Amino acid sequence: MKRNFFIAVSLATTTLFYSLPANAADRTIIQNKGSDTLVNVAQAWAEAYRDVDADIAVAVSGGGSGTGIAAMINGTVDIANTSRKMKSKEVKMAKGKGQHPFEHVVGYDALAVFIHNDNPIKSLSFEQLKSIFGRGGKATKWSDIGINVPGCKSDKIVVVSRQNNSGTYAYFKKAALGKKGKFRQGTLDMHGSKDVVDLVEKTPCAIGYSGLAYATDHIKMTCIAKQNGGECVNPSVETASDHSYPIARPLFMYTNGEPKGAVKTYLDWIKSDAGQCILMKKGYAPSRDVSCG
Amino acid sequence: MLEVNPLQRPMTTDFDSRDMDWYIDKIVQFLVFVAGISAIVFIIGIFVFITFEGFGFLLEDFSFREFFLSPFWEPSDEDVPEYGILALVAGTASVTGLAMIVAIPFSLGAAIFIGEFATGKLRESLKVLVELLAAIPSVVWGFIGLSIMNPLIIDLFDVPVGLNVLNAGVILGLMAAPIMTSIAEDALKAVPDRYREAAEALGATRWQVIYKTVLPAAKNGLLGAVLLGVGRGFGETMAVLMATGHAVNIPGSLFDPVRALTATIAAELGETAVGSPHYQALFTIGIFLFIITFLINLTADLIVRGIRKG
Repeated sequence: MKRNFFIAVSLATTTLFYSLPANAADRTIIQNKGSDTLVNVAQAWAEAYRDVDADIAVAVSGGGSGTGIAAMINGTVDIANTSRKMKSKEVKMAKGKGQHPFEHVVGYDALAVFIHNDNPIKSLSFEQLKSIFGRGGKATKWSDIGINVPGCKSDKIVVVSRQNNSGTYAYFKKAALGKKGKFRQGTLDMHGSKDVVDLVEKTPCAIGYSGLAYATDHIKMTCIAKQNGGECVNPSVETASDHSYPIARPLFMYTNGEPKGAVKTYLDWIKSDAGQCILMKKGYAPSRDVSCG
Repeated sequence: MLEVNPLQRPMTTDFDSRDMDWYIDKIVQFLVFVAGISAIVFIIGIFVFITFEGFGFLLEDFSFREFFLSPFWEPSDEDVPEYGILALVAGTASVTGLAMIVAIPFSLGAAIFIGEFATGKLRESLKVLVELLAAIPSVVWGFIGLSIMNPLIIDLFDVPVGLNVLNAGVILGLMAAPIMTSIAEDALKAVPDRYREAAEALGATRWQVIYKTVLPAAKNGLLGAVLLGVGRGFGETMAVLMATGHAVNIPGSLFDPVRALTATIAAELGETAVGSPHYQALFTIGIFLFIITFLINLTADLIVRGIRKG
């Protein structure tokens, strides 16, 4: 008896309730899902688009590029947001399921390396990034790279990363650790860009990476140099736009085949000045030169 | 869980008249039988499902050595994906181990108090409270770990991050304790009163009665309670996901963040393409977890059943 009671209780707590959006019948709904990096701007686009065309509603959700791509492959979204290119394996898998992913570049994002406000680091070279984040890297203590962080008594570097199907994870790995590079063991794998920023903000010993758009006043970004002692570039919308910042990546939206109908007008609007200016305001670099009023 | 009481079985006698009651009786009997058998059907169905989903991985990318002995879990790498679960097993085991160290004294003490000392209203209300505690959703426990335990551990032990083995172990211990208390209390109740009376007649004090007579007599049931707690620990997901820090790591101390098997599945399954090697590898972890918890629960059940008969 007692155990039946427990089973009933655990079943009840795990039941999820889904609610359907109201007046779903008289509006076209575009399902838009994927990258956490893009989710804020995708939401802003969806909101602004309401004033452009009230008959089209865009339902945006995050979860990571992997989520978006998985949904694209499984055919459950109209537009998948990703912060990395689809892998050839994924494209093949999608085609096997009758989906034909079509790529659109909608902007660029600088990946910033975040540290606690008390951390005195000014700049980091790729080599230093590799020794902090990479597997077999020598830097496990802040003193290993000649830095004393006030408030971090243990001196241990707390490396904050992302879950392994995040586009940010994949891009940072390739850009900072090299094509064959891998992350070290024991990184704290957060489930969203905001979680990384939140944790680094509270932890003096921590270092993490996320899209520039997630920067706040309570957290510092390091200047990134390609070579040891070389000139470093600060992450910003400008340096991402002119491609001088070395860890900037294109942001994609994927549709099934060439977009048609409502999806096409929506994507055209995103690529127009109006859409690109919203993107810039959110801290990303536009996909082309635009003039915002 | 549902059993047909042998006393309620219809008797096949000569004066059997097939009226309405007879049919209702047959129907109810059938329904109860279906409900009873459904647990078996579900468990076999689930096992077949996860084996089916994980099968491709077992055939192609699976290497026994890598899977169980490599600490590197990086299944999403494009060139050289790595499927080692050693660090994840170490994470689950360390958190569950600590949870048991926390939960055993708590639950045993509570069971002895409820079963042997408390009487009347106090006893009844304690029992209700323990069951209520068992009903707290695991997300709530995870939230406590994340927002209360985390800063507390940072302050108390002066460590950089409070999401670690200690945090998750304590949370999981508190979660497992009420269930273990309930079962342990049942085990104590199963010890016949004449044992206690005999011990008291020989001049034993109350503590001596419990320590020398009741506990040894309830030994198997208590062991079963502990094993069920371990099973709970292995299977718990949400609280562990939130409180461990989610880092693939073989812990060297209580303050190292780790990652559990269950949490890995929860965090990654939703974002992998159905049918990909990563997806199948996660299901293979599922098979492994299923077998382990099944064995633990089976052992616990056999032990508990053993004493009930004996």
